[in-house]
Amino acid sequence: CRCPRGLRLPWGARAPSAGVTAFPLCRYLLCSSGDFVKVYSVSTEETLRLMGGHADLVTGIQLNPHNHMQLYSSSLDGTIKLWDFMDGIPIKTFTVGSKLLALYALPSAEDLVFAVIPKKGERDTFQLVSVKLTKGAGQDLEGKELSVVLDGVGASMKHIAFGREGAYVVSVKNVTLQVYFFKRKLLNRFSLSTMKTKGGDNRFSCVVCHPTEDCIATGHADGKIRLWRNFHHKKEYTYSTLHWHHDIVMDLAFSMEGTRLLSGGVESVLVQWHNESSCQKDFLPRLGSPIEYISMSSDGALCCTLHTDNRITIINSNLRFSRSIQGLIKSRDVKTGLVVDPRTKALVLNGEPGHLQFYSLQSDQQLFSLDIVQRQYIHQEGLKQSDLVKVAFSAQGTWLATVEESEEVTDPELQLKLWFYHEEAQSFELNTRINTPHDNHITDMCFRDMDGLGDDSLILVTTGRDCVFKVWVMVEDNDPEAHQSVSWSCDFVGSYRNYQATNCCFSEDGSLLAVSFEETVTVWDSLTWDLKCTFCHPPGNIRKICFGRLTCSKYLIGATDYGFLCCWNLLTCALEWSAHLNIVVLQPDPLSEHIAAVSWLSKESSLFVFKPNEPRPIYIQRNLCKEKILLAAFVPRDEPEVITTEKYLWLRKSQLFFLTDTQELMTLSTKSLEERLTPSSKQLAVEESLPVTPFSLLLGKHRRQQAQEDIDLGKPVVHNKQEQASPAVKELLHTPAHVLPSASFLCTIFINSLLISKENKSAEEVADEVEMESEKAEDDSDEEDVTAMEQEESSHMELLGEMTCKLSKSQEKELRKIRKMDYSWISAF
Amino acid sequence: MAAYKPVVVQACPKLGERITQDTLYWRGYKTPVQIKEFGAINKIDFSPVPPYNYAVTASSRIHIYGRYSQEPIKTFSRFRDAAYCATYRDDGRLLAAGSEDGSICLFDVSGKAPLRQFEGHTKAVHLVGFLSDKYRLFSGGDDYSSNLWDIPSATEITSYSEHTDYVRCGCASKVNADVFITGSYDHTVKLFDARTKSSVMTIEHGHPVESVLLFPSGGLLVSAGGRYVKVWDVLKGGQLLVSLKNHHKTVTCLCLNSSGQRLLSGSLDRHVKIYSTTSYKVVHSFNYATSILSLALSPEDETIVVGMTNGVLNVKHRKPEEKNENSQKKRQPSYRTYVKGRTYMPKQEDFCVSKPVKRVLRKYDKLLRSFQSSKALDAVLEPPIMLHTPEVTVAVMQELHRRGTLRSALAGRDEKQVNLLLTFVARRVIEPRFTSVLVTVADMITDIYQPVVGQSAIVDKQFLKLQEAIGKEIDYQEELLEVLGMMDTLFATFTKKRDTSLEENKSNGVTEIIETNTNY
Repeated sequence: CRCPRGLRLPWGARAPSAGVTAFPLCRYLLCSSGDFVKVYSVSTEETLRLMGGHADLVTGIQLNPHNHMQLYSSSLDGTIKLWDFMDGIPIKTFTVGSKLLALYALPSAEDLVFAVIPKKGERDTFQLVSVKLTKGAGQDLEGKELSVVLDGVGASMKHIAFGREGAYVVSVKNVTLQVYFFKRKLLNRFSLSTMKTKGGDNRFSCVVCHPTEDCIATGHADGKIRLWRNFHHKKEYTYSTLHWHHDIVMDLAFSMEGTRLLSGGVESVLVQWHNESSCQKDFLPRLGSPIEYISMSSDGALCCTLHTDNRITIINSNLRFSRSIQGLIKSRDVKTGLVVDPRTKALVLNGEPGHLQFYSLQSDQQLFSLDIVQRQYIHQEGLKQSDLVKVAFSAQGTWLATVEESEEVTDPELQLKLWFYHEEAQSFELNTRINTPHDNHITDMCFRDMDGLGDDSLILVTTGRDCVFKVWVMVEDNDPEAHQSVSWSCDFVGSYRNYQATNCCFSEDGSLLAVSFEETVTVWDSLTWDLKCTFCHPPGNIRKICFGRLTCSKYLIGATDYGFLCCWNLLTCALEWSAHLNIVVLQPDPLSEHIAAVSWLSKESSLFVFKPNEPRPIYIQRNLCKEKILLAAFVPRDEPEVITTEKYLWLRKSQLFFLTDTQELMTLSTKSLEERLTPSSKQLAVEESLPVTPFSLLLGKHRRQQAQEDIDLGKPVVHNKQEQASPAVKELLHTPAHVLPSASFLCTIFINSLLISKENKSAEEVADEVEMESEKAEDDSDEEDVTAMEQEESSHMELLGEMTCKLSKSQEKELRKIRKMDYSWISAF
Repeated sequence: MAAYKPVVVQACPKLGERITQDTLYWRGYKTPVQIKEFGAINKIDFSPVPPYNYAVTASSRIHIYGRYSQEPIKTFSRFRDAAYCATYRDDGRLLAAGSEDGSICLFDVSGKAPLRQFEGHTKAVHLVGFLSDKYRLFSGGDDYSSNLWDIPSATEITSYSEHTDYVRCGCASKVNADVFITGSYDHTVKLFDARTKSSVMTIEHGHPVESVLLFPSGGLLVSAGGRYVKVWDVLKGGQLLVSLKNHHKTVTCLCLNSSGQRLLSGSLDRHVKIYSTTSYKVVHSFNYATSILSLALSPEDETIVVGMTNGVLNVKHRKPEEKNENSQKKRQPSYRTYVKGRTYMPKQEDFCVSKPVKRVLRKYDKLLRSFQSSKALDAVLEPPIMLHTPEVTVAVMQELHRRGTLRSALAGRDEKQVNLLLTFVARRVIEPRFTSVLVTVADMITDIYQPVVGQSAIVDKQFLKLQEAIGKEIDYQEELLEVLGMMDTLFATFTKKRDTSLEENKSNGVTEIIETNTNY
């Protein structure tokens, strides 16, 4: 294990080489995501289950053609797993032994699956093999009986397709198409001319087979789709061409009957071809980002597209957009950095081109996407797109500042936009747009964060490569007919010896502004805009700066290019300490005085957490990961986590997230992966599989009424009771009927679980309760009556509970925990 | 799935004055009628009764003009020397005027010879007015005194000699028949009560008082002198309410509009400013050719008459209210048809089918959506769009440039279209908000049409025009930079020397330099 605590989260790590499968009932959507297989509900877009077990990337998933409740998955770790995805339980694991790059299952082959593996001894050559799945009793089985079907196939799943009823298999690679007929053991090869006609590129990109006819559809890199027929003959084969796409056809899919063909590519337009003719076609344009995979549900009612930006779009059979499942969008380059929205605690970063995505870490969902650039995005090679480069939130999250620029180096089309959070619309609305706020690229931007003072204190500072920093303030628009009451305008322009301004940062109380100009850090008074002092640690430009917080607010931290981390004392204006570290990320925790610094030294990132007032770091994690960490962010926790080890105390109030150069989001966790994953997935399983019976309806009604009553009585809902009750109920409902003990045995347990707390009740009441419950169990007919009575009873009991006010067990436990907690931090005050 | 996003047209805040209700109201006058008088016009007074004739005092004559007459309908010229301050009585039948020799004449409007002559002032009388009981006159003269006269007997009732300089302006209260005020060059305004022997209130204006005015309610007093117009609360014992400094030369005359909602002031700086009497902010201003000496507004604000120092009388009549007949023809569907079903509340069992909102796209957006670059450019080069909303044309050009199809859209055009394009570019390239885009466009046009230069005289001419425009702009920018440099030196000398060597300059508006290559 490389590093015990730096965990890779499944967030957004959906493997690009994985397909999507829709469940026949159109209720579930299965998708491989990193090392996991995710099950989504089609109707609610929620993640129902996360099936983990593979040790490496999942490369292919296929429904078991003989049992639609089961799923095969293959992984780079060399295993094929058979899952029961309704319960999320692995049934069998077959060890193949070599990397599996794609997986195919056929209805005609009883115990065979097909997989693509690298050819032994040769690099970058792959072969299609059939894997015999041995039948055995145990869970872990061997799957080593391989027989090679085709040699020299493409590594991607899209490069191989099986024909109708599994009669033949088609593989494409570069400009050759191979068809192998299983029965006749015949291999036909067709080659296209390698000559690039009219700058076009003939190479195959994907292949699919017609479900009912002998027809093969291939997509090409130049945007053409070819339909092959008569490929039984080596010479007399024919093909027709469909051409609409202007760039590579990424994927193709036939409808169930084969009358419609869907194709998608980088244009992010889904094209539907009717009856294989090029004149009849429908379009679904502007799907947001390039289409990578297209998948049809087995009943043909739905179709879904997987996009390069980590999104699944579900589309109706009549080519209407239905809904989309959106994870963390991976953009090519996160220019905005990781920013935390103070309002929703969501992570904010570049999303779709020109959009800002608000990504909830708790639910692994995109909350919303804010269109910043507000311009039609056109996918085209070599086009200069304008994109979002800087984002800043004000302390309360009421103001959002964004900077967008076009990719041109010499003349960036700069725009600074200020957005105001509109409470009624629940989203940001554009307030001010400033064209060309700086003459050159904007390097940094920050708001003056002051919670206590009013709106007057809100100041935005931008630094630019045009050697100035600008201060923007809100001005009241005194025009009564104006649309809005405030707008932003420039208040002050400062510069220092004509050096480029690179970073800016406000002190915690907002009185000081630090701006770094190449090698120098300048400190300005934010009231009069006077230069107070300068700091410098030559050689090397200043890379990052930040002020200390809380007790350490008299320190200014800076990291330089030549590998120094410096801490200056603002009172003495002298260097307090410095350390030789190549810091790439410097991130202060907004809720404590801790500062996280990530260094990058020859292929490994290390994390240092320190307080500015002492040079010795309080936490060091060397070799955090192999990738270069580009960005980091502290996300405040909803409630402080209980951490027992002193080493991790700094993680108590907020959680640290990293983004690496491979666009992976990571976090530092004190718990192991299983601990974190199990509660949520198990709970989901129970919730989902709760059968709708009259009894459950009754139970649900009963609970709802109770909750309603709690609210009516003006008391906080006692969560304790519910939680205590639930395991027993769940156990009862979840265990299969044939293994349950007799009802008379279960009855007392069940009823006890419904009781609130034993200490509060007299024996009489318990007896009453039992009587009533048993009555209810016996007779469903007068359930209305019983519930009404019960309702009275429960309210009565709750009143009692409030009076006696005894501590329940869990409360005691909590208190004990608090006693154990470390309060050493108090001494700091 | 996102819908097509239309091209964002950069809105530019409109410079100059904002259109308000007031602007529209005060703009509603016809082009002025100019009448030449014999000398500086020191007083204009409207008759309070229809047909609202007005008396203009200039030199040694008093002319009475009818509402639309360009020629005087009556003239009083029985003055040996200059006449001053011809004022109508409340019933419009008597007219009183002072003169340079110190006498005051009272005329019947229909007669010719003066009915009465009041002798008593030793020097020129610049102020004459009727008290609101109609039987008494008050006057002020250059002999520092202000007198009260009885009209029937033509005798002096009282003489107040409290001012220490020329008395040049005054006004009678409309509420109280005994109260009048006078303003003098001794910087004071005095309030007199005819029943007492001395002034009852003295207000220190601070500058020689040129004009005073009482509000119809009698509670507020306005005085003008120097560059200031000051409003005083008489009922609070002459407390200063507001001091207005909107002119940059002496304010010479004041006037209220008929509703009392607006105050007008005329000044030697050639401006008439209109203030709101609630906020005391300037809501509109008129500009005249020469310095203004007198100003009057007819009842219902039908006519504004302004007298200048060079003897020109400027008369503006209100445009008649336009009856919009088109609106009569274009009748909306009747109210009942229009709102039919609007208030229907869906019941619980009703199934609501929402009608999809049809998005209306502009023509160029439709063409851009289907990637027809050339046609989209054609659509925005149509004269109405090009002339009135050049920002739309430029926005579409910018969008085409972003898509990388601007060159192909500009290419392959005939002489007429190239001419049109070049006219637009040459005219708009110097506007700062369009410059960056149009410079690229101009570059491309020259690149594309270089081979055909010399084949068409019209296009060649346009190229020369473009060159000229850019050359001029460069010269202008150079000059601006020079001025900026000069100002920087000035600022540098003003700011204190500091210990730290820091350079800072407040954001100075003009820093854009247009970089263009001039080798066409």
